[in-house]
Amino acid sequence: MTINEIIRPENLVYDKPKVMNDTPMHYCPGCSHGVVHKLIAEIIEEMNFQEKTIGIAPVGCAVFAYKYLDIDWQQAAHGRAPALATAVKRLLPERLVFTYQGDGDLAAIGTAETIHAANRGENIAIIFINNGIYGMTGGQMAPTTLIGMKSSTSPNGRNVQLNGNPLDITKLLAQLDGTCYVTRQSVHTVASVRKTKKAIRKAFENSMEGKGTSVVEVVSTCNSGWKLTPEESNVWMVENMFPAYPLGDLKDL
Amino acid sequence: MNDSKKQNIEEVRLMKGNEAIAHAAVRCGCDGYFGYPITPQSEIMETLMELEPWNTTGMVVLQAESETSSINMVYGGAGCGKKSMTSSSSPGVSLMQEGISYIACAELPCVIVNVMRGGPGLGTIQPSQADYYQSVKGGGHGDYKLITLAPASVQEMADHTVMAFDLAFKYLTPVLILADGVIGQMMEKVILPPFQPRRTEEEIRESCPWATLGKPSTRKPNIITSLSLEAEEMETINLRLQRKYREIEKNEVLLEEFSCEDAEYLVVAFGTSARVCQKAVEMARAEGIKAGLLRPITLFPFPTIEISKYADKVKGMLTVEMSAGQMVDDVRLAVNGRVPVEFYGRMGGIVPSPDEVLKALKEKIVTRQLIEN
Repeated sequence: MTINEIIRPENLVYDKPKVMNDTPMHYCPGCSHGVVHKLIAEIIEEMNFQEKTIGIAPVGCAVFAYKYLDIDWQQAAHGRAPALATAVKRLLPERLVFTYQGDGDLAAIGTAETIHAANRGENIAIIFINNGIYGMTGGQMAPTTLIGMKSSTSPNGRNVQLNGNPLDITKLLAQLDGTCYVTRQSVHTVASVRKTKKAIRKAFENSMEGKGTSVVEVVSTCNSGWKLTPEESNVWMVENMFPAYPLGDLKDL
Repeated sequence: MNDSKKQNIEEVRLMKGNEAIAHAAVRCGCDGYFGYPITPQSEIMETLMELEPWNTTGMVVLQAESETSSINMVYGGAGCGKKSMTSSSSPGVSLMQEGISYIACAELPCVIVNVMRGGPGLGTIQPSQADYYQSVKGGGHGDYKLITLAPASVQEMADHTVMAFDLAFKYLTPVLILADGVIGQMMEKVILPPFQPRRTEEEIRESCPWATLGKPSTRKPNIITSLSLEAEEMETINLRLQRKYREIEKNEVLLEEFSCEDAEYLVVAFGTSARVCQKAVEMARAEGIKAGLLRPITLFPFPTIEISKYADKVKGMLTVEMSAGQMVDDVRLAVNGRVPVEFYGRMGGIVPSPDEVLKALKEKIVTRQLIEN
C-alpha cells in the first residue's frame, strides 16, 4: 500500500476534532491536559454544541486552555472559575457552561467558590485535573499532594504535622446536595480515556438537563513536576495516586 | 392606559438611598446583581430579593458566598455583555479588589457600589469617606482607574445607577458608585428612572461583539482574559487603558457649584460632606463671608481644571472629608500651590457638623488670610 492509498478519506479511522484548533500546545509531553482537552473538544463536537458552549479557564497550567478549543472562553482569576460559571449559566441558561480547573485552583484558593457553586447546584460541569502538584509555578505542594510526596515546597516529602493531610475535595463535593454526578477518572490507558470521555459527556448532559452540578475529577500525571518520564509517571500514578484517590463514580443520581 | 405607560409615570417616592439603587437597577434593565450582606448597604440586596425582578424583567439576583465570589460573578456576567452589578461596603470592597483589577484589565463593563463605612479594618458601621484613595487611585494591583461617581442624595443614588451602566458600556470599564452610610441609609423623596427593557441577546451581540454568548460559525472565539505573557503586548494593553482614562478625563467630569460666582473662599467636598458644607456655606454667607462650595460628582475623572480655575479667583480653599484627608491631595495638585488649601475632616464614622466646618473655614482660611494681608 502506498502512502497515497493509506491517506484516502475512506481509510480515515481517526481525526482531530474540529473544535480543537492547530495551535501548538504549551503542555509538557506526557501531560494529561492535552488528552482531556481533546475529549472535551470531541464531546462538544458530537453534541453539536460549539455555538452554545462557554468554557471557564483557570489559573494554572490550563490557563491557556482558551487557545486550543474554538469556543467562547472566559479566563478566571485563580480559583474563581465556579463563580464566573455561576453567573454565565444563570444569565445564559440555554448554554453549556463548564470550568476546567487544577487542584491548586479548585481545592486550595478556590475552595469556597467550588463548594458553594456545587452546593447551590449550579447547572455547570466542573472538570478537575488532579495531579497533586502546582505545575505552572514549578512543582510546589498542592492541597492534593500525597503524604511523603516531594515537591519544591515540601522537599523532604509532605509531612502531616508540617503540611496537613491531602484534601480529597471530590469526596467532599459528593456529600453536597447540589451535586448530581461526581466521578473520578484517569486518562493513562485507552480504556480509561474512553471512560473519562463518557463521564465528561454525562456531566455536560446533566448540566443541560438542569440536574445540578457535575464534577469529573481526572487523576493526572505531571511528569515534569514529578520529575519522572511520562511512562514512569503513569506507573507512579497507578501505584501511589490511585490508592489515595480511587477511581469510579462517587455519586450518580 | 397600558401597563408600560403606567410604569413610566413620574412618581415621587420616599425611600432609602440603598433602596433607590435597587429600584433603579431593575428599571434600567440590569441583567444580574450578585452580592454579599454587609452593613450599611444590605438593603440593596434585600430590596432586590423583595422585588423579585426575575419574575418581571428576568433580572438574576444572587447572594454569593463572599465578596470575592460576587465580584467574580460580575466578571462572568459582564463577560457575556450583560448589565452586571454588585454592592458592598468598605471591608467587602477591599476583598473585591482582585476581581476589580481583572475586570478593568479585561475591559468589561460593570457597576460596583461602595456604601462606605468607617475603617480601617472592620472599623465601624457608621458613614465614612475614607475609601477615596482606594476608589480613585486604582485600589487593586496594576495601573487602572475606575470611573467613580459620588452621589449626595437619594435621587442621585437612583440617577447614578443608570448613568454608571451607561458609562461602563460606553468605555468598557468598571464604574464605582462611591456613597457612604448616610446616603445609603437616609430616606428622601426620589423620582425613579423610567423602565428600560433588558437588552435582548441579539442587541448584545450587536453592541458587544466581544461578549461570550457562544461562538457562531461566522466569527472567531471570543476570549475574555487579562493575561498576556509578552511584556510588549501587556504594555500595549496598558497604553490602551491609559488612552481610555485620558478620554474619560476629557469627557466625563461632573461637578456642582453652589454660591461660587463671587466666592472668596472655596469649600471642596463630595457626598455627605458636601451636604454639610452647603449648610456651612449658607451660614458663612449669613455672616458676610463670601464662601462657595464646589462638589465633585465624579471623583475620577476629578474636576482638576475647574478647581484650578478657582485658584485664580479665591483667597483660599478648604477641603472637607469624612477621612484623614485624601481628596485634599487632588485639590492641592489642581491648585499647585497658588492659594492655600486646608483640610478639615472627621474619622471613624463621625459626620462633621456645619458649625465645625464653619469654624474650620474661619480659623484655617479666613482668619489666616486676614492676618497675612
